[in-house]
Amino acid sequence: MLVLGIETSCDETAVAVVNKNRKILSNVILTQIQEHKPYGGIVPELAARAHLKQLHFIIDEAMKKARINFTDITAIAATAGPGLIGGLLVGVTMAKAMASVHEKPFLAINHLAGHALIPRLTDRVKFPYLLLLTSGGHCQLLVVEGADSFNRIGTTKDDALGEVFDKVAKMLGLGIPGGPVVQKCAEAGNSSRFLLPRPMLGRTGCDFSFSGLKTAVRFLIEKFPANRLTSEDIADICASFQLAATEAVVDRTGHAIDICKKNYPRINRLVISGGVAANTKLRRCLKTLTAAKDFQFTAPPIDLCTDNAVMIAWAALEKLNKEQINNKNDDMSFKPRPRWPLSQKNQLI
Amino acid sequence: MQKKNKENGIEFFVESEKDTELIARRLAKIVQKKDIVALSGDLGVGKTVFARAFINALPGALEEVLSPSFPILQIYERAKVEVYHFDFFRLEKPEDAFELGIEEAFGCAISLIEWPERLDFFLPKKSLEIEISFLGGVTERVIKMSGSKVWSKRIRNI
Repeated sequence: MLVLGIETSCDETAVAVVNKNRKILSNVILTQIQEHKPYGGIVPELAARAHLKQLHFIIDEAMKKARINFTDITAIAATAGPGLIGGLLVGVTMAKAMASVHEKPFLAINHLAGHALIPRLTDRVKFPYLLLLTSGGHCQLLVVEGADSFNRIGTTKDDALGEVFDKVAKMLGLGIPGGPVVQKCAEAGNSSRFLLPRPMLGRTGCDFSFSGLKTAVRFLIEKFPANRLTSEDIADICASFQLAATEAVVDRTGHAIDICKKNYPRINRLVISGGVAANTKLRRCLKTLTAAKDFQFTAPPIDLCTDNAVMIAWAALEKLNKEQINNKNDDMSFKPRPRWPLSQKNQLI
Repeated sequence: MQKKNKENGIEFFVESEKDTELIARRLAKIVQKKDIVALSGDLGVGKTVFARAFINALPGALEEVLSPSFPILQIYERAKVEVYHFDFFRLEKPEDAFELGIEEAFGCAISLIEWPERLDFFLPKKSLEIEISFLGGVTERVIKMSGSKVWSKRIRNI
């Protein structure tokens, strides 16, 4: 069983081919191709037009790398939400068109389900498990009970963590993407020089809030005379911010583990996914937390934590595994959903 | 909370997030389809706080309104009208906004736009401009509302 997956929900244009034995036959992301600039070096931009221009090249590339043609493919899957509507429309329409021409089933995949299920491909993680999904657009704690059964037990009330990293980087004039650059600056910094708030620390439940921390960083920067931040100051601000953000996440995740122990005694594993899972400080602290709480810890490889199409193809394979392929025809009427929560259940809080 | 009437609008001095939310809810009572609200202010000043209270004050089910910086546009279907909540923080070229459906929003919904300055001259003149700024303290803010003569009349009693 072989699935072609398409991911266009945000900035990345990505296509991958994956089989049911967890083998990644190809994994093409435009930003990688970018290095070779075979198509004129167009940077993926916000507009749907960019996805539209690039997508068919990337599909060709992914199929060539996987050494397959359409007759080999079992189904075609695309991210159908949540995300930016223009990009979603491009990916979904392309997938539907290919599916009808080649008479294959089309599968509409939730981007968050992709992030949630990828550790089952990379680390053979068994259901159920606790997932911390944190990226530029999301920050959630989910109980993953099955390929189509998720229970969200915590979410950000305002900004996503990756977004706050980006905005802190912007305020410090460090450029984007903020995650890697703030982490790099923080390495040389003193994290105890500035005391920043740990949002929601100690509160019941496991929701997040980061906008207060963002505002606090802003006030901190404004205490310095304009343009008088030394590289040492910047490093210290980054380190202090990263520590505050990490401690907030660790506190919330600790609560989530406690909730699991009480309500889901079968769960003994925390998995992280999403772009912010690339942050090594966060990984280290979560490892310590899980060890202290007698939980296993799994973090997929960084290139499969950030947005990619492997996770979309894999989520489709999980779906196919559960359902009859023949029942998938009605998915052709599926409209992209810019907001598409995995679960609205908040039954524990 | 203090309120000052100005020549082309009003100015509020608010002490807390609760005040900001109150003003947003009052604005929600007087808006209608095709209105454009341009919401500017620095990072962390509370634009999304304002937006969340505004969207939820329009008749309809309680919505989870998160910062749209990453997805750039979120559409909320309220009971009587749709709200297009834009955040152009990441917009590189003003003309990219057309791909995101600004014309559609301007014509058939309420548009609520964070980082409207990134739109440059594509921001219609008939917009209500709201500017939130810091005022020394951690929670104190100034909220300025201004716009055309029509808007000045409409917002007078907020």
